[in-house]
Amino acid sequence: MADEPADQVAEAVLDGNALAGALASVLGVEATSIPGRCAHCGTVSMVGALRAYTRAPGAVLRCPACGQVVLRLVETDSAVYLDARGAAFLRFDR
Amino acid sequence: MANAPIAWQIARIASVRDETPTVRSFALELPAWRGHRAGQHLDLRLTAEDGYSVERSYSIASEPERDGQVEITVERIPGGEVSPFLHDVVVPGDQIEVRGPIGGYFVWEAALGGPLLLVAGGSGVVPLMAMVRHRARSGSSTPTRLLVSSRSFDEIIYREELERLAAPRDGLEVIHTLTRSQPDGWTGHARRIDEAMLAEVLAPLGASARAFLCGPTSLVENAANALVRLGLPPARIRTERFGPTGS
Repeated sequence: MADEPADQVAEAVLDGNALAGALASVLGVEATSIPGRCAHCGTVSMVGALRAYTRAPGAVLRCPACGQVVLRLVETDSAVYLDARGAAFLRFDR
Repeated sequence: MANAPIAWQIARIASVRDETPTVRSFALELPAWRGHRAGQHLDLRLTAEDGYSVERSYSIASEPERDGQVEITVERIPGGEVSPFLHDVVVPGDQIEVRGPIGGYFVWEAALGGPLLLVAGGSGVVPLMAMVRHRARSGSSTPTRLLVSSRSFDEIIYREELERLAAPRDGLEVIHTLTRSQPDGWTGHARRIDEAMLAEVLAPLGASARAFLCGPTSLVENAANALVRLGLPPARIRTERFGPTGS
């Protein structure tokens, strides 16, 4: 992607809605309306509002305020990996 | 909130309809559909004989009130893996793998109220159409203004149905802008969506409007920023972006 024009890269950025199906199948709940706090800057955003970078072996969700990674999702044939170390919390309402 | 993990199921293509030369709607019959909310999507999976499979997420175009069917509207992306298959190969009676409904962030229900500002770029109108159809079918009188940006007159998706829905003048207004070419006598907007256009469309609704924006990332990003500058609280702006590779 490094040699693509910047606007083309920017245009390829989606949002957390694009991962709704994958997240719902892993978490068992609808995830896009779950609020999460960015561990880097403290901004609380709903997962649907995170910036999604999906043109990679996995998917990366970044904070819309500071751009740091909040969640990573990697699917293989045998497992799904969810790396949430960039999230201070994800809030699942009862 | 539904807690059951969403399972793949086999949908049957009930009907196919052309919306524009490059956009087509597909009505799906699903054995176990638990109902959706306007703005949600579904995932569609194609699997080749060698096991290679691709998934794409499509917004649901139909209103929740429609019985027994859900409809998606798909733009044919040349070189795409899924949309050319849907356009060129799929016919009524075919079966296709689907899971959903999915999403809860970009959702509007009549009970949420408004006023409602809907902004669409190209096929970004699809989830907003579900909202407009839901508004009509549920008898809502929520003041609603839908701004649709299309390249040309022939590329306006749902043009005739939108005209019909707006005809009763029950609070729904549809405003078009054509960015590349305009027919003779066109009196509507003829440029990309910008802050001045948004200010004009937003004005009758006021700063208490809820905004739903869907389209290519740049359009959504620019429109969302402009609406914040125009005084709309960020918390009342919901966005859904799709990229050029959303095939």
